[in-house]
Amino acid sequence: MADQKNGLMTWIDDRFPLSETYKYHMSEYWAPKNFNFWYYFGVLSFVMLILQLVTGIFLTMNYKPDGASAFTSVEYIMRDVDYGWLIRYMHSTGASFFFIVVYLHMFRGLMYGSYQKPRELIWVFGCLIYVALMAEAFMGYLLPWGQMSYWGAQVILSLFNTIPWIGPALTEWVRGDFIVSDITLNRFFAFHVIAVPLILVALVFLHIVALHHVGSNNPDGVEIKKNKNAEGIPLDGIPFHPYYTVKDTFGTGVFFIVFFAVVFFAPEMGGYFLEHANFIPADPLKTPEHIAPVWYFTPFYAMLRATPSMFGSAFPGVMVMGAAIVVLFFLPWIDRGKVRSIRYRSNAFKYNLFALVVAFIVLGYYGMQAPTDLGTFLSRLFTFVYFGYFVVLWVISKDEKTKPVPERVTH
Amino acid sequence: MMGRKLIVTALACLLPVFAQAAGGGGIHLESANIQPDNKASVTRGARTYVNYCLGCHSLGYLRYNRMATDLDLPADIVEDNMIFTSNLDGEPHKVTDMMNRTMTTDYGKVAFGVSPPDLSLIARSRGVDWLYTYMKTFYVDESSAATGHNNLAFDQVGMPNVLWELQGLQRAIYTTQKDENGKESEVFEGFEQITEGTLSAAEYDKTIRDLVNFLHYAAEPGRAQRISMGIWVMLFLFVFTAGAYVLKKEWWRDVR
Repeated sequence: MADQKNGLMTWIDDRFPLSETYKYHMSEYWAPKNFNFWYYFGVLSFVMLILQLVTGIFLTMNYKPDGASAFTSVEYIMRDVDYGWLIRYMHSTGASFFFIVVYLHMFRGLMYGSYQKPRELIWVFGCLIYVALMAEAFMGYLLPWGQMSYWGAQVILSLFNTIPWIGPALTEWVRGDFIVSDITLNRFFAFHVIAVPLILVALVFLHIVALHHVGSNNPDGVEIKKNKNAEGIPLDGIPFHPYYTVKDTFGTGVFFIVFFAVVFFAPEMGGYFLEHANFIPADPLKTPEHIAPVWYFTPFYAMLRATPSMFGSAFPGVMVMGAAIVVLFFLPWIDRGKVRSIRYRSNAFKYNLFALVVAFIVLGYYGMQAPTDLGTFLSRLFTFVYFGYFVVLWVISKDEKTKPVPERVTH
Repeated sequence: MMGRKLIVTALACLLPVFAQAAGGGGIHLESANIQPDNKASVTRGARTYVNYCLGCHSLGYLRYNRMATDLDLPADIVEDNMIFTSNLDGEPHKVTDMMNRTMTTDYGKVAFGVSPPDLSLIARSRGVDWLYTYMKTFYVDESSAATGHNNLAFDQVGMPNVLWELQGLQRAIYTTQKDENGKESEVFEGFEQITEGTLSAAEYDKTIRDLVNFLHYAAEPGRAQRISMGIWVMLFLFVFTAGAYVLKKEWWRDVR
């Protein structure tokens, strides 16, 4: 039996690097042994990707990308398709949870300097994934064809209008019509189920290839490859499988308890995951009183609204919003620090990161609310705080007073 | 230190907004206080609905027999006692049909200005408290051109006061108040009953509560299944996660 298996494995390995790939990525991928709570969110992002792909496939079997029947087909899934409600709630809740775990995953990177040399490309691929994910979520949100789907898309697409000279023509080209219509719905469907998922999967692949090439960072920011034993195995490294597969199984279990509690007991999440106005079919003639994007976009939406328009154009706001995302790509070069982990960095770094988190939350909150004077003032203030993070980081990281970093990881 | 200050500042920034949301604009919504698991209440609501509402408002996403199954009603009883509508050819709806109205969209537009909306999902878009308040706050208002009735939750509403026989007619009492700038505004004080309805106030409240409960059911017929299944899934996940935890502890014993 063993010989037979050996024979089969040899046969495959002669033609495809199966054992080698398995060893490289699983049984002999040496991961630092001191991963903490924050290191669950990478694998959880991957779990969410798979969950969204699988539930998405099943939704596609009954969804109709047609302006006249899209809304009805979603209700058909919710009522007449066996367990259709479960698939749909998993997908809609999954969208929000995907962003929750991705935001926490990104925050982990900021805390422990995971973007620093030599992991710049991992970070850049990650930022690309984030952009693709936003596109995926935005286009997916149009598909249920409710009022908020429709008007949210209308508002965001009209942002292209503000681009000087080519704006209106570009918007029309993207929409494929003079207003958001059946044509827009069809192309968004194509992008949402084929184009962007392909890009996402490819980017995630590259993200992981780059990660496994340089190796994982850890909460101490110590390079484990510096200390190897005679066989060349990092002294502080443990094989990903079985150690982290079993640990991540536990982490995924805890995550699923939270995730499925929402899916089964609060799928609307008080209107944050499924907005109330989206239970009204799209009506091009009736603008809802208050249009707000879903929560994961609201920090950027708040920045857009807070930026004063110039010459009657909201283009500056669009630029600010875009810059808020573009600046992330440059983080590895903005941070000039030699120490990675927040554990050994200066207090200035800690306060700065804390201010960023507060800014993101406050902006997220005001992005959901109808505009008020106070809201606009605070959105402006915290837009400065958001961008201030990167400026301050660039300044303080030059000659930062850090604590001594240990030789080996603490465990 | 600085961090704590930031938190306090951030929270202080949020306070005025919450205050505003609580105090300003719109009317105070009464809590519908429905019991979604009370099938008798949902069934009474369904009876009110097919008698008073379905003439104009379809439930285009709900089938009669789905409702029968979910409410433990025999399908033939539903067919014989709860179907009063017919299709556009004049044939009575079957128990396997969606709960659609007989009225055409065109007729609806001519009669009411806008065609009365489908209410399948109204409990999810408006919320049950709004519906409960809305159905209780119709009042006589001669200035309201459409029907001579107005509504506290929906100003200048186009819908007639359909349940007036049950509730009786009421009039809204407004008083004029001056704010600190001396600006006068009309403030709603309460309702004055003009004619008695066939139901007492308490009975009417109960009827509306049941009706809203039915609409809550109609907006998500799978809710009961969702919750009962959810409990089992959670139990499984607790056991699974506990098992994974023990396994992790065991496998990690040699990691120092």
